Amino acid sequence: MRRRMGRVIPSLLAAAGAVFMIVGIYRGEMAVVLRKAINICLECIGIG
Amino acid sequence: MARAFNKSRRLVSAGRDRLRLWVQIVFTAATNGYFKGFSEGRIYTGTSKSLCLPGLNCYSCPGALGSCPIGSLQAVLASRNFSISFYLTGFFLLVGTLLGRIVCGWLCPFGLIQDLIYRIPFLRKIKKVPGDRVLRFVKYGILLVFVILLPMFVVDIVGQGEPWFCKWICPSGTLMAGWPLVFRNEGIQQAVGLLFLWKNAILFLFIFLSVIIYRPFCKYICPLGAIYGLFNRVSFIRLRIDRSRCVHCHACTRACKMNVQVEENPDSMECIRCGSCVSACGQKALAIRADRRDSQLR
Repeated sequence: MRRRMGRVIPSLLAAAGAVFMIVGIYRGEMAVVLRKAINICLECIGIG
Repeated sequence: MARAFNKSRRLVSAGRDRLRLWVQIVFTAATNGYFKGFSEGRIYTGTSKSLCLPGLNCYSCPGALGSCPIGSLQAVLASRNFSISFYLTGFFLLVGTLLGRIVCGWLCPFGLIQDLIYRIPFLRKIKKVPGDRVLRFVKYGILLVFVILLPMFVVDIVGQGEPWFCKWICPSGTLMAGWPLVFRNEGIQQAVGLLFLWKNAILFLFIFLSVIIYRPFCKYICPLGAIYGLFNRVSFIRLRIDRSRCVHCHACTRACKMNVQVEENPDSMECIRCGSCVSACGQKALAIRADRRDSQLR
């Protein structure tokens, strides 16, 4: 039982992760990430 | 006989260390392969940057072909359109469940830099710093406050927040993005101010600490390691102990530079799956793998 749960829980979490990612892409979060990433992030490099 | 055995164990350990180093180097080079960016002082602007890389890899690094998951999480949370990020939550669930903190040990560019710095000889390396157990919790506080709460709730007049962790703490961004861009880009050179000095002070502090302490940033500060650590107990790739072979010699615990009590807690949130314990085990009782073939698993 414990061994089976050991397999089921990671599979469920990974599947939930994939679903969450798809929902995030559908909501337009990927575009926010892209917009941030293709412009120099002044905060990240310590400018402002 | 014993000497020959110890020698062969050292060779296995050196081989594993070399393999891990090469994986780190190749992965870092491949995911930061826009070399033109370094020479021209600009960053890659392709669509691959909408995808996150597993490690702490600044998206403003001139070579970066993907995004930093911690920077991306702050970008989404600081955005006025979103108060929660499904995309990044899903990313952490997926990568955390598939890999756990093996990302820290094998794929993170800033982990590689700390590993290389730790190879610099020093009179006395510090295995365990005073207050180590308490300091380990600092990274969870940083994750909660600097990565989640401040970007979400400290916003300007139009509802836009800031990436607080990237701005005030992250030494990876200073090293991988700040230095190459300031060096090659005149416009950025002219904008350098006190914040750049502050971030360099943090970077140099961690460079110095990395000479005497193994991966101080990963142990005490990194919010990405804090997230992946939560999955060490359930990830597919885990440290497996064959209890029938273990002779309780604690060679694994002595070999662990992250100070994990390997035999008692192989799924510790601090374990970066570097494999030092596996190499140190003379009984071949340890393995990092995804399957569950052994019957004597915990």
